[in-house]
Amino acid sequence: MLLALAATALVAIALLWEAAAPRLVEAIERRRARRKLVPTADYDPGRERRAEARARQLLRSCVNEEEWAMYRDLGFVRVWGTQSERPGGHEAAAGTPYAYLIYPHKPILAYLPQTGRLLNEYCVAFPDETRPYGSARLPDSDDVLAKWMALTGDERRLIETANLHLPGRQLDPRQVRRDLWRLRQWERERARAAVAAT
Amino acid sequence: MKFLRMKPGHGEVLIAEGDVEVREDEERLVDEFRRQLDAGMWAAVPLSGRGRRTAQLARSFDEVPRDAERVIFFPRAAGG
Repeated sequence: MLLALAATALVAIALLWEAAAPRLVEAIERRRARRKLVPTADYDPGRERRAEARARQLLRSCVNEEEWAMYRDLGFVRVWGTQSERPGGHEAAAGTPYAYLIYPHKPILAYLPQTGRLLNEYCVAFPDETRPYGSARLPDSDDVLAKWMALTGDERRLIETANLHLPGRQLDPRQVRRDLWRLRQWERERARAAVAAT
Repeated sequence: MKFLRMKPGHGEVLIAEGDVEVREDEERLVDEFRRQLDAGMWAAVPLSGRGRRTAQLARSFDEVPRDAERVIFFPRAAGG
């Protein structure tokens, strides 16, 4: 009796195996294939936030207090130009001071602070082709710092590397004029606060 | 002297550190400096003074001031 039951059980197991084996093998192969997929660096907002926080600290440690406050409050940094010739060969602007606005991941904008005239856009990027997390893009504040270091360290080299465009190609001139107005207001407010503090 | 490198998705990373007055450290820093430039980086030394601050771009280790506390490496500029 027991022998008969055991034989029946063996036959049943063999039949089940015949039916289930292909599915089981397929499932194993599928699992292996999934594990072989090339790992992609998924976008991790937490990592990006931590990277940006680090970049802000580094930027803060390099620029002066006014530039840092400008970036913190307004979202851009102004750097004064130092070349004797105006950028882009603007003859009419010769002899007058000029400056740049540095925005994160946007072109550098040259302008005349006295008149608010926009001179040029300089499209420049700092792509890291090693793409450690799948992206070649530096954190925002690192991009600003890279532009700031390149401009203050070797203005001519950076300007010659950049692609020159007329204002309005990537930056909305109305937005830039509004930013320049915000900058003037901001400077007035700081001057007032400085006087009040003395 | 510290060598920092900007890195996407991370912020800056400390890649080397040493005392330029110690010969072994200096040699290590020179090698690392060259390696970073060969990898397509620009090197900048932030200069702190009274009022306006600037940076100095260095094309070789010799151009780095001996008393610089840090050198920041970042990807070289490209027309965007």
